Formats: sequence, structure tokens, C-alpha cells
Amino acid sequence: MKRALAIMVGAALILLLATLTLVVMPYLQMSAEQIPPDLKPYTEQQQRGRQVYIANGCVYCHSQQPRDPSFAPGDKARGWGRPSVPGDYAYDEPHLLGTMRTGPDLFNIGARQPSIDWQLMHLYNPRAIIKGSIMPSYPFLFRHVEEPVEGDKVVNIPPPYGPETGKIVATEDALALAEYMLALDHTYPAPTLPKKQSNSDEPKENRAP
Amino acid sequence: MTPTIAILLIITFVLSTVGLLLLIWSIANNQFSHGQAAARTIFSPGEEGHSEDPARAADEPFTGDTSEQTEAIEARWSADQSSRTAVLTWLSSSVFWLLLGSFFGLASSIKMHLPEFLTASEFLTFGRIRPVHLNAVTYGWASMAGIGVALFLIPRLFKTSLVGGKYAVIGGFIWNIGLILGLSAITLGLSDGEEWLEFPWQIDILFVVGGALCAVPLLLTAANRKVEHLYVTSWYLMAALVWFPFLFLIANLPFAFPGASGATVNWWFAHNVLGLWVTPIGIGIAYYMIPKILGRPIISYQLSLIGFWSLALFYSQVGIHHLIGGPIPTWLVTLSIVHSVMMSIPVITVAINHHGTMMGNFGRLKDSPTLRFVWIGALMYTVASLQGSMEALRSINVITHFTHYTVAHAHLGMYAFLSFILFGAVYFIMPRLTNWEWPWRKLISLHFWLVSAGILIYVVSLTVAGWKQGVALLDAAMPFMDIVKMTLPGLQARTVGGALMTLGHLVFAFHFIAMLLRSGAATEQPTLFRPATKENAQ
Ligand code: HEM
Ligand code: HEM
Repeated sequence: MKRALAIMVGAALILLLATLTLVVMPYLQMSAEQIPPDLKPYTEQQQRGRQVYIANGCVYCHSQQPRDPSFAPGDKARGWGRPSVPGDYAYDEPHLLGTMRTGPDLFNIGARQPSIDWQLMHLYNPRAIIKGSIMPSYPFLFRHVEEPVEGDKVVNIPPPYGPETGKIVATEDALALAEYMLALDHTYPAPTLPKKQSNSDEPKENRAP
Repeated sequence: MTPTIAILLIITFVLSTVGLLLLIWSIANNQFSHGQAAARTIFSPGEEGHSEDPARAADEPFTGDTSEQTEAIEARWSADQSSRTAVLTWLSSSVFWLLLGSFFGLASSIKMHLPEFLTASEFLTFGRIRPVHLNAVTYGWASMAGIGVALFLIPRLFKTSLVGGKYAVIGGFIWNIGLILGLSAITLGLSDGEEWLEFPWQIDILFVVGGALCAVPLLLTAANRKVEHLYVTSWYLMAALVWFPFLFLIANLPFAFPGASGATVNWWFAHNVLGLWVTPIGIGIAYYMIPKILGRPIISYQLSLIGFWSLALFYSQVGIHHLIGGPIPTWLVTLSIVHSVMMSIPVITVAINHHGTMMGNFGRLKDSPTLRFVWIGALMYTVASLQGSMEALRSINVITHFTHYTVAHAHLGMYAFLSFILFGAVYFIMPRLTNWEWPWRKLISLHFWLVSAGILIYVVSLTVAGWKQGVALLDAAMPFMDIVKMTLPGLQARTVGGALMTLGHLVFAFHFIAMLLRSGAATEQPTLFRPATKENAQ
């Protein structure tokens, strides 16, 4: 029993060491990180949209973390934005960094596609806008009505993607998700980005197309 | 990097190195004397040189030449029977979750090249069935089968009956309830939102309790053990069962880690599920099965202990290689990359032992299904890990990170390594528990060829597609949609491979149920009790 116990205690101690280096130390360092002054907290609606993003697993195909151009040249050049810093995520709980780019990075989608109509149409059927997209459609975030009533957000879907008759109307969830997309705009300068960065890149953040 | 952090970093490095040296020193002092003796504890007296493989066609099992040896074999038979209810609970559940997880994986795969497939219902959208797949196969199949096999091996390794098996049975029920609730929560859109940690934290408590209940028989049986040596398999199993509840608890602490630090905890956890939970179980099983089936001890016991402790030291610190290039302090990423490369030490020591023991016995792969599954699994462990060490280097990771290449590596590890070893172990264990033989050996063969062809197609197609995708992503001149189109053939091939694997799982599950029902042509008696050999024993 003594030897069995020794193995288990040894195993636990090693994990403790790893927890100190990989959990506690980063937490101490990153929670002391400055929050960029231009970063706005999410509104209630955007937060709800973020929840819709989580519920429907957008994170499994989209990242939210452009890499440094000196490391991975494609990211910035595609208009995905400057490299992100820990402070950018101060209001993110849970984080949604993502590990796949089956679809493009969304860290600055709000700057790249600032129209809510574009966002809603794209959610209803991505192929209505982008030929050959493999993103799923989200018809369940919309209602099909014959006659929209006052206050309904009508989404005009180009044929043949829309219904034959009647109109497509966004639900609260769809609107919230679209608002969250628009909130993903981190084009402000990052105060904590290492200095040498700004020398190698263009001096000003250029807004992505 | 601030000076305090540099100092802390240096201290941890020094600590781990000193720790490793200390361990090597203590191994050299305590274990050298009876190293190879410990390697023999898995055999009962006189059994060395005889194969044990209940899944093999024409097997003449060793039942002892003297009455003393026969007694030892009979004692082992009672040890096997003592764990029966507990093991069958966990294994049967795992087979169910494998089937469920396979269908969800296949559906996810189809959706990636046919995006209009099953989009009407929110419950079947890609972003929900994909985490259902991952959680069903990780916590349902891999974890439950792993615990089941561990429960079978523990009494064998300690040469005593399983004490407190009913705690493990209760634990199994609680674990299943956790899976049902957790997978339903994801389907309903109540995910916690982090990969590998999707289950709502309230439900996670069930897994901690269920897992802890499995530790009870482990501790009670260890206290009762009748062997002097702890065979290396028990090191891996004990450590894994200590690590998992701890990991799962910390990572699920609600609201403790916001923002970017949440990402480090997320991936610290996710990699530890792989490195400190399923991997030690897989390696531990291979350490038992390979020598047992060959009837010869592993070639170097000392090496196996170095492999164990270096795995513990290095694997626990590799998690941040999932965030290379992310908004994470550089020192942290570097720490994980260094440890990822250092992982080649335990990987190579394990490889020397597993494959070195096989040397000269490769012919046995032909007639022993268990050996075939387990050894290919062990080989794929070596391959997946060396691939992983490369993948962690900045120069490679910048290409592969966000691509299907990672998914191919994930299945090489979780499937070709871990699941193969688990399949092999199930083929070994079931006849011992049910005292019944596998009714249709052709089905074992069919299962083997279906899943082998399937995973080969899966890994090769996604590795190629993922690499091309990664190279193209770095070049902004290539439009994004062209890259998507370029990956389509790989994604379609994955569906073909995945369909073959799913078919293989149906064959496996059918055979497993036949075993539980003891159907098929009854051989007059299971080989272990065949009269011919019984006579020998008297
Ligand atoms: C020395 C051993 C290993 C090293 C250094 C290693 C390294 C890595 C790296 C660098 C990634 C890619 C992360 C990314 O770019 O997003 C990765 C992903 C992965 N590895 Fe390994 N690997 C090793 C062995 C294994 C084994 C044995 C398994 C299976 C049991 C495994 C399962 C996985 C899985 C499932 C992922 C995907 C995780 C996710 O994105 O959800 N690896 N590994
Ligand atoms: C039956 C055949 C299977 C098919 C068709 C399949 C398919 C898939 C698909 C489509 C994904 C999502 C990839 C993505 O998001 O891009 C995935 C992820 C994953 N699957 Fe499977 N799978 C199968 C079996 C298994 C098994 C048996 C295991 C484990 C024992 C497993 C472990 C995983 C893991 C760990 C991931 C996450 C990978 C990552 O995040 O990089 N799969 N699988």
C-alpha cells in the first residue's frame, strides 16, 4: 500500500506543479493586463447574441484570434485585424477563441460586414450571399410569415433562397446574434501590443474592407 | 516578460529537472534489484512462455502443470469473476456511447460538405451535434471503456479479488446519468461554451462523483493486494484515476477564469484529458496485453518506469500548444512547446518496450485479434505522438493550427491509438467474464478490416487536405472560398472513411451483445475449461 500511495501522491504533486505554471501564473499575469480604453462591454442584447453563438456552436468553425503578421502573414492581410491581446477579451466569459478556421476569423467581422441586413441574410442562408459556402443555414432562427406586422424585422432573401410566398422575419435570437456580430469590432489600437510591432506594420490601423 | 515571471519560470524548470533526476535516481536504487522480476508479476507461476488470448481461434490455454500452478490459475479465474458486474456495467455502456457517438460523428462529417443536410431543426445543427460527438466518444466510449478495462485489470494486477465492486457499479450509473443529461443539455443549446468542457458545470459534478466511486474499489483492492511488485500498468491506471477528478474539478470551477486566462485553463484541461487520462489508460493496457499474449515479459522494466514519470512531468505542461500564436504570454507558449518536444522521451521509451517486446513475434499478429488491435494501437501511439511533437513547433503549427490537419491528428490519437487498444482489450476480456467464446471469429476480422480501412482513409485524406488548407491560409492572395473548395474532396473522403468505421462499430456492437446473451454455437466448454487441458493439470 505504501508504494501505491507514493505513486498516487507523486502523480498528484506533479499535476500540482503543472497547475501552478499553466493555470495560476497565467491567471495572475493576464488578469493584471490593461483593458483597452476603447473596448466597450457587451450590451444585454449582444450578450444574448453571444449566448446564441455558444448554443449553436459557431466556435467549432470560427476563431476569434488574429495572429501576429510577423508570425502568420495571412491573418492580417485577409483583413482579419491586428493581433489580439489578452485585454481584448476582458468581457468574454467564456472565451471563444476557437481552434478551427473552417470559416474565417470573426474577431473583426463587425468592421468587415457592418450591415445588419447582410448578417441576417447570411444567417438565414449563407449561400444566398456567398456561392459555395459550406456554413449551415439557420432557418430556425427565423419565422416565415404571410404578412409581417408592425415591429417585425423583415429579411429580404434573394430568390431562389427565400420562400415562394410571404416573408422571412428575424427572431429575437437572430437579431441578438447579428448584433453580437456587429459588436465584434476590435479595430481600436491595442495599448499593450509590443512596440516593435508598429514599426514593421503600417503606422495606422487600416479598417478592413 | 517581467523579471518575477522569468524567475518563477526558471524555478519551475529547475524543479521539474531536479524532480526527474530524483526519480531516476530512486528508480535506479529501488527498482534495479528486482526490475525484471516485477515485469513477470503479470504471469501466474509457470505461465511465462504461454500465451493468453481468449479471442484467438485455436487456443490451448495454459492451465497449470502442477497443482500449485493450477491453483494460481483458478485464483485468477475467481479474481476475474469478482470484477464481472462492475466491468460489464462500464463496458456495455461504453459500447452504446460508441455507437451513438459514431452516428453523430458521421452526421457532422456529412454536414461539412452538404451544408443543407438536416438544417431545419436547431437540435441537429452542426454546432450541436459536433460537441455531442466529441463528448459521447470521449466521456462515453473512451472513458467508460477505459475504466471498465481498468476495473478488470486491477484485481489481476494485485492478484486478489475486486473489493467494493458495487461502488464502481453505482459510479457507472451516475456517470451514465451525467452523459444523458450533459448530451441533452448540448442538444438543447445549454452548452458551457468551451471545447471539451461543454457539459454544464452542474452536471459535471456527477462525473466527479462517479469517477471518485471508481477510486474506492481501486484503493480497497490495492490495500488487499497479494503481490509485492506493482506492475507498470497499475502505475498508469492509479495515476490516471487520481488525475482525472482533480482536472475535471478545477477546469469546471464556474466563473473562475474569465477572458484569455479562461483559454489557458480550457486547453490545460483539454490536453490533460488526452495526456493524463486517456493516454495512460491506453499505454497501461498495452503494457499488460502485449506481454500477456506473447507470454514473454516486457524487455526493460526500468525503462518503463522512466517512461511513466517523464510522461507525468512533461505531458502535464503541454496544454498551451493549442494556443500557439494566440493572445497568450509568449513564455507560456514556449514552455508548452519545450515540454511537447520533451515528450519524445517517454514516447520513445514506451516504443522501445512495446515494439521491442514484439520483436521476433510479429507472426502472432496473424492469429491473435487482440494482439493485432493492441499492437497497431501501440504503434499509432508512437506515430501520433511524434507527429504531435512536430505539430507543436511554431514553424509547423503556424500551418496546421486552424485546419483539418488537427482533426486528422486527433483521430490518429483517439482512434487509431486509443480505440484500437480498447477494442483489443474488450476482445480479451469478454470471454473471461462471460465464460463464453466469441461466437463468430470472422466478425472480429470484419470489424478489424472495416475500421482499419476507415481510419486510414480518414487520416490520410484530412492530413493532406489540412496541410494544403494551412499553407493556402497563410497566403492572402488565395481567396478564402477557393480554400474551402480545395478542402471539399478531403471532407468527402472523411465521410467515406467514417461510414466504414461506423459500420465496423455496428459489427463490434452486435458481436458484443451476442457475447452478453451467450448466443452462437456453443462450444462444449470455453477453452479455459476444456477437459483435455484439465486432465493435463491433474
Ligand atoms: C507527444 C505527444 C503529443 C503531442 C506533443 C501532441 C501535440 C498536439 C498539438 C500541437 C496539437 C494541435 C493543437 C492545435 O494546433 O490546435 C494536438 C491536437 C490534438 N491532439 Fe495531440 N499530441 C500528442 C499526442 C496525442 C495523443 C496520444 C492523442 C490521443 C490520445 C492526441 C490527441 C489530440 C487531439 C484530440 C487533438 C485536437 C484537440 C482539439 O483541437 O480539440 N495527441 N496535439
Ligand atoms: C465513427 C467515425 C467517426 C467520424 C465520422 C468522426 C467525425 C468527426 C467529425 C466530423 C469531427 C468534427 C471535426 C471538425 O469540427 O472539423 C470530429 C471531431 C472529433 N472526433 Fe470524431 N469521428 C469518428 C469517430 C471518433 C471516435 C471513435 C473518436 C474517439 C474515440 C473521435 C474523437 C474525436 C475528437 C477528439 C474530435 C475533436 C477534434 C478536434 O477538435 O480537433 N471520433 N469527428
